[in-house]
Amino acid sequence: MHNLLYLLLRRMRLPLIVIILAYALSILGLVLIPGMDDQGNPWRMSFFHAFYFVSFMGSTIGFGEIPYPFTDPQRIWTTVAMYLTVISWLYAIGSLFALLQDPGFKRVLAFTRFTREVKTIGEPFYLICGLGDAGKLVIRELAAHNIRSIVIDRDDNKIQLLRLEDLPIVVPGISADVTNTSTLLAAGLMKPECQGVVVLTGNDQVNMTVAITSKLLAPDLTVICRVESHDAQDNIASFGTDYLINPFDTFAKRFAMMFQSPSMYLVYEWMTSIHESPLSDFAVPPRGIWVVCGYGRFGKAVQQSLSFKGIRTVIVEADIDKTGAPEGTIEGRGTEAITLYEAGIEQAVGLIAGTDDDANNLSIIMTALKINEKLFVVARQNLSTNDTLFAAAGIDIIMQTGRLIGRRVVDLITTPLLTDFLRMATDQNESWANVLVSRVVGVLDKPPESWVMTISRQQTPAIMELLSRGCPTTLGSLLTDPRDITTPLPCVALYLKHADNNEVLLPGNELQLREGDQLLFCGQSDAETHMLWSARNLHALSYICSGMDSPSGTLWRWLEARKQRRGRTQ
Amino acid sequence: MNLEKVFFAFFIVLALTLNFGFFVGGMDDPNHHNVYELYAALVVSLIATIMKFGDRAHIGAVLLATSLVADLQLIAAVIVWTISVHATDAGMTPLALSSVVSLSGGALLANITSVIILVTETVMFRR
Repeated sequence: MHNLLYLLLRRMRLPLIVIILAYALSILGLVLIPGMDDQGNPWRMSFFHAFYFVSFMGSTIGFGEIPYPFTDPQRIWTTVAMYLTVISWLYAIGSLFALLQDPGFKRVLAFTRFTREVKTIGEPFYLICGLGDAGKLVIRELAAHNIRSIVIDRDDNKIQLLRLEDLPIVVPGISADVTNTSTLLAAGLMKPECQGVVVLTGNDQVNMTVAITSKLLAPDLTVICRVESHDAQDNIASFGTDYLINPFDTFAKRFAMMFQSPSMYLVYEWMTSIHESPLSDFAVPPRGIWVVCGYGRFGKAVQQSLSFKGIRTVIVEADIDKTGAPEGTIEGRGTEAITLYEAGIEQAVGLIAGTDDDANNLSIIMTALKINEKLFVVARQNLSTNDTLFAAAGIDIIMQTGRLIGRRVVDLITTPLLTDFLRMATDQNESWANVLVSRVVGVLDKPPESWVMTISRQQTPAIMELLSRGCPTTLGSLLTDPRDITTPLPCVALYLKHADNNEVLLPGNELQLREGDQLLFCGQSDAETHMLWSARNLHALSYICSGMDSPSGTLWRWLEARKQRRGRTQ
Repeated sequence: MNLEKVFFAFFIVLALTLNFGFFVGGMDDPNHHNVYELYAALVVSLIATIMKFGDRAHIGAVLLATSLVADLQLIAAVIVWTISVHATDAGMTPLALSSVVSLSGGALLANITSVIILVTETVMFRR
């Protein structure tokens, strides 16, 4: 704010001095030049009259020659004064408007507003650096969960678009260089409300700088960082960054899982799919020869995990020297039929279009499908704006970098228990996953939502009340519909973490709840509402536990007690 | 030599000298107090204030404050003068004149402070 005022005053210095000089000169002239009153006597204007006259003349209001008609010398001077004052006013107003339109001034204005917005935030927030596809998804999802975020991006247009978006809560944003420490500080890096920093720019070097700045200045903050090369990954991990997300490795691992354990893959997909998106049709990729087009970071990661599963791949790459493609690589982009024939597309069972250009990827897929329409197609989609095109191209699996990263970040922030659950689930075998899939499919027809509940006074007062009375409460009673105790809620308890960090995977209905337990559920979203109802409302919960409706009002409780006493005495 | 500094010091000192010129003389003697001098003192004081705009140093802020005080005092003096001459039947009375002069005396004090600060600053930075 002070910055702004000083800038304004400094730039308006000369125009204001010009106005004062113009006025002073005009007034002085009018006072000195002799005039005549209505009787023809010599008369001179006083300073007061001169100031009054110049004030209405300079502002072009013009009441006329008062108090007496002017003499010719007075008129000559007034002509000069008119031009002097009007031009000085125009100059001053022009300078003011030029200053307000000045890009530098506008930047200071935007920065000042941003700093003020950040200062007024009094609730926990996350700092998001980089507003690409992933950043946008994270902001939208966090806003839907009522978690505040603050955004920094280099591109001013993206910040402007953010302001136009219809988000349920205000998300302050600034276009500035994220590697500049003062920007991060202005965005509230050191504020006690800051929960974590999410670094999502497409440049590993920038991401590393931001991560190291955050870890140095605020070591307690959670830092989630996007990374694409292995060098940078090792480097960023070395100074204690909490979570690293490599989109290519993550996808390659998932993809390999499809071959080995389809049900497990499905569990992963469900748990990490985006809010309300349709349940993806599941297709098991065939075993055989796969053609990989593009041997960049994506191609390398996928090829590696395929060969790990013992699947043969043929690589097609335009620049063999630069990418360091192995021997036997076919040179070419893969967009022409001849290269694909050379790679043996007729015998292949699958195709991976993994270049960093969406148009090329689509071209590769369409050419390949023309030659061999039975191909299982995996495509890398670089920009979310191409959603419609990729949906129309008949692709089996689409890997969209931004969505993958964004989803992972949202899960880490909103349901950290999910990460624990998936870690434990990875150690289970395929038949365990089959059982889980059939249990989830048994209660739902659309992709499940996941939510977390902690047994505590704040979150589940009813359960705590029952526990303090010594009544044991089981997980089963929490999973019962409070409106009809004969039916269970359409949800499954996936994971439980006791206060002493003991973990239970797929806890059973007979398990007794304790204070500090953290539970992860998945199921229909309205099941969460009903579950919260019985966890918070003592009458609903005791009805579930005992099957009896207890009186709630003081009068009815007294009557009930009286009735019971009467029954005993008689 | 910095031309900006010359102008700056010129206006601050001129504001003081003009103000002093108007102030000296008998408190209620109209012969000792010239209306042109009051006018010049006000105009120069206003310009001196604007010259101090936008200086972010602490000393600049103090200079701006003293200058604003001088402006306020002089404007009050001018208003008293204008009202007594043009809006009262009695015209300029010794009572009105002495209050004009005492108001300009207040402005004189503020201007002296300005000059002292200016001199201190100049002495501190030997450039």
